[in-house]
Amino acid sequence: MSAVQLELEILRYDPEKDQEPHFQTYQVACQEEWMVLDAINHVKDEVDTTLSYRWSCHMAVCGSCGMMIDGQPKLACKVSVKDYANKKVRIEPLANFPIERDLVVVQDDFMEKLKRVKPYIIRKEEQPIEAGEYKQSPAELKKFKQFTLCINCLCCYAACPEYALTPEFMGPAALALAHRYNTDSRDQGLAERHKELSKPEGVWDCSFTDTCSIACPKHVDPASALQQLKIATTVQWYKELIGMGDK
Amino acid sequence: MELIKTDIAIVGAGGAGLRTAIAVAESNPDLKVALISKVYPMRSHTCAAEGGAAGVIKSDDSLDLHFNDTVGGGDWLTDQDVVEYFVNEAPKELLQLEHWGCPWSREPNGSVGVRPFGGMKIKRTWFAADKSGFHILHTLFQTSLKYPSIERFDEFFSIDLLMADGRCQGVVAMEMKSGRLFRFQAKAVVLCSGGAGRMFPFSTNGAIKTGDGTAMAYRAGVPTKDMEFVQYHPTGLLATGILLTEGCRGEGGVLRNKDGYRYLQDYGMGPETPLGEPVLKTMELGPRDRLSQAFWHEQQKGNTIPTSWGDSTHLDMTHLGEKHIDERLPLVRELSITYAGVDPVKEPVPIRPVVHYMMGGIHTNIDAETPVPGLFAVGECACASLNGANRLGSNSLTELLVFGKRAATNAVEFARNRNAEANESELQEQADKAQTKIRELVQRSGGTESIAGLRAEMTKSLEEGAGIYRTEETLQKTCNTIADLRKRYAGIELHDKSNVFNTDLFQALELGNMLALAQTVAEGALARKESRGSHQRLDYEARDDEQYLKHTLAYYQGDEAPRIDYHDVVITKSKPGVRDYSGGAK
Amino acid sequence: MAYVRPVSKTTWYLKDRNYTIHMINELTSVFIGLYALLLLWGIGAVASGDKAYYQFFLECLTSPGMLVLLWVTTIVIFYHAIAWFKVTPKAMPIQKGEAFVPGGVIAGAHYVIWVLFSLVVLYFAGVF
Repeated sequence: MSAVQLELEILRYDPEKDQEPHFQTYQVACQEEWMVLDAINHVKDEVDTTLSYRWSCHMAVCGSCGMMIDGQPKLACKVSVKDYANKKVRIEPLANFPIERDLVVVQDDFMEKLKRVKPYIIRKEEQPIEAGEYKQSPAELKKFKQFTLCINCLCCYAACPEYALTPEFMGPAALALAHRYNTDSRDQGLAERHKELSKPEGVWDCSFTDTCSIACPKHVDPASALQQLKIATTVQWYKELIGMGDK
Repeated sequence: MELIKTDIAIVGAGGAGLRTAIAVAESNPDLKVALISKVYPMRSHTCAAEGGAAGVIKSDDSLDLHFNDTVGGGDWLTDQDVVEYFVNEAPKELLQLEHWGCPWSREPNGSVGVRPFGGMKIKRTWFAADKSGFHILHTLFQTSLKYPSIERFDEFFSIDLLMADGRCQGVVAMEMKSGRLFRFQAKAVVLCSGGAGRMFPFSTNGAIKTGDGTAMAYRAGVPTKDMEFVQYHPTGLLATGILLTEGCRGEGGVLRNKDGYRYLQDYGMGPETPLGEPVLKTMELGPRDRLSQAFWHEQQKGNTIPTSWGDSTHLDMTHLGEKHIDERLPLVRELSITYAGVDPVKEPVPIRPVVHYMMGGIHTNIDAETPVPGLFAVGECACASLNGANRLGSNSLTELLVFGKRAATNAVEFARNRNAEANESELQEQADKAQTKIRELVQRSGGTESIAGLRAEMTKSLEEGAGIYRTEETLQKTCNTIADLRKRYAGIELHDKSNVFNTDLFQALELGNMLALAQTVAEGALARKESRGSHQRLDYEARDDEQYLKHTLAYYQGDEAPRIDYHDVVITKSKPGVRDYSGGAK
Repeated sequence: MAYVRPVSKTTWYLKDRNYTIHMINELTSVFIGLYALLLLWGIGAVASGDKAYYQFFLECLTSPGMLVLLWVTTIVIFYHAIAWFKVTPKAMPIQKGEAFVPGGVIAGAHYVIWVLFSLVVLYFAGVF
């Protein structure tokens, strides 16, 4: 029945017991169809119930199970055990975030940054609901659609060397969502977001390594959003310089 | 124990919780909202809904048609005043979401697009490709960030409701990162904590769907309603049970058995419709209960395909073409390739029915109120009797919006009439009891039962006894098993004693919650001696309106099985009739 | 207390192949900077009106060491340009109707412009 043997080397850390993290090894006999998450679940259920990690949907949409697998940020529910067959695989919490416990990281920093980019529709004047929907052509939708697909799994932050070196950097996911709203035909909030985005720790800390886009399990391409934002904020800066920047 | 004083406490930050929170914030920014959830909002399971949300918007549609589809789809176990309110409010709520930025798919002229869905006579399902729930959740979450009165308590696991003076006055919850208990004192509490599909072994539901809020209310004396109605979605991906949206069939996908035969025509949903030309309310666009039942019959006849992951049939979308699939069903393609190694553009996808949704839940009325003053419930955790015996696909996303707003309005009204007259000592005493309960659970030693072991027995027993088809014998056996498992639950021992993110503890609490609810499912099903919607009894094959055109209520009785009672169905303008999904066969 | 893993400020780019490639890209700009300095020196030499000094500059240009440096710079500039052209579709996507112009077209246009500019420069340099 078991087709794939996996040796999981999982980072363990309990702040109540440990000074620093250590690795613990588990041998798991996996079924061929399993994802790495299934192997970890097997450990949790059958071998070591003290292991802590986040997971829920098992279909790569809730964004809970981002972790470092063999050194790369990935969704554990989206990588097959076959990719690591008969190998020793290191499982670590997402890089660049503080470790709360085992594979669980502290995400407060992202939550705070997301709020700062004002990721919601901003309008000068609201159209009443009774007047129906804002018209938006399929082309206008397509313009930003890709950037709506972010599941906030934070793999991009774990992949970003700038975020590692400069934790103040707003980072790929938050900025990509700012760009998503800036380019939505229903939104008029670019000028309002500009102040936050054009700070050094806004778009300009990005040096375009493209590693966020390589890591993104949903093909959002945050690196693209950031480069476009750099252009947009520059244009906005000049507009404000000549008094045409709305605010 | 820390005390948080707030005006409205909301448990659960998925679609329902967020919609409620925003509605409270909009109606009165001075009211403090505590939004408490065991996961970050964007992890909530609303994100996994794919197909879309129903609401009358097009000129060829009408509120009456949506009403009739919903009432008939629910096999007349719906409360018709609730349905009427729902269909009326649905378009406004979906438009509101559009104004908040939800990336609905569009028509060439820029208006929102609609797609066909099972059991609906007219195309009325608003969709955002096949990630509608995901986009609704993220739109609501991101929009919620603009309201300063909403304070989120992410990763707080709710333990118990706090009741005093005959009303609900708060909730006690554990901060997961520290293990500390918090007492939330509120003028009104809204439960938005989702369903409990994880009671079953093969489910589209995420790991978090363990019915915590429903169980909390149940323990506090609020009855559950219609818990025996469990929806099997006909197209779960083999092996994992991942949902493949009804949109697959709405776009023209068809079901085939091992011989390639479109078997639905043999089960009252024919005649066969031409490939690529789906006809509403016929064949593949029949309701979910009927389609899942058809699978069961095919299985009995030996027409399914045996695999190491159980029997399967095929969902065939190969005639739709790559461009159409990529535009309308990109997630379905990605999921099929990743989790089943099958590209739906080229090959039929192996599927089988999978537990998807609880029609039942906390007993609520048209105002989203429970029988306990100050306690409201919305979404899958609740049962407002909109969905009756079988929910129509794409009604639940709209439901959490419509009733989220309704609950908010009523909770605000309720809070306005309450001054700070909280019974502090009584509330603290109850919170202390919760603290003691947790402490004992963590410190208990010498137990021989494992959480995973009991959970596996529970899920197996429910599937065997309370699955798509049920009998007195199988149900009785499941009732006995669950009762026994509840006793054995006292024998579990936690190996993790840490205060920090102790998932061993959370899983134990979740198991306790699911076991309590599993008993309401099995006992409710045993008592209902008829077949209606998703509740099919091989020993009572007909619907029995004389005796069972009633809602089942289950009352908590401690360690004993629940007390079962009944409650009248509200019928206004649609008398119970025949559910006809035979399309052209007139 | 949550545990913060240390990050090396000096060797971080060796941790991941993509980081290393990125740093190589960044390093190539050093050569581009050097070449810019060389140009400035040349302009300065012409502007000084000192024929001997200009002659000295020309001699330096043809010295073996300088030739090696110039060849290395030429190769590195190609690498630098190709690396950046490759990612231009990300920075400036162009939407025509509903669809986006394929990335290859946008990157390709950069190559075309590059060739045209080079031809102009070569023309003025008297190559044709």
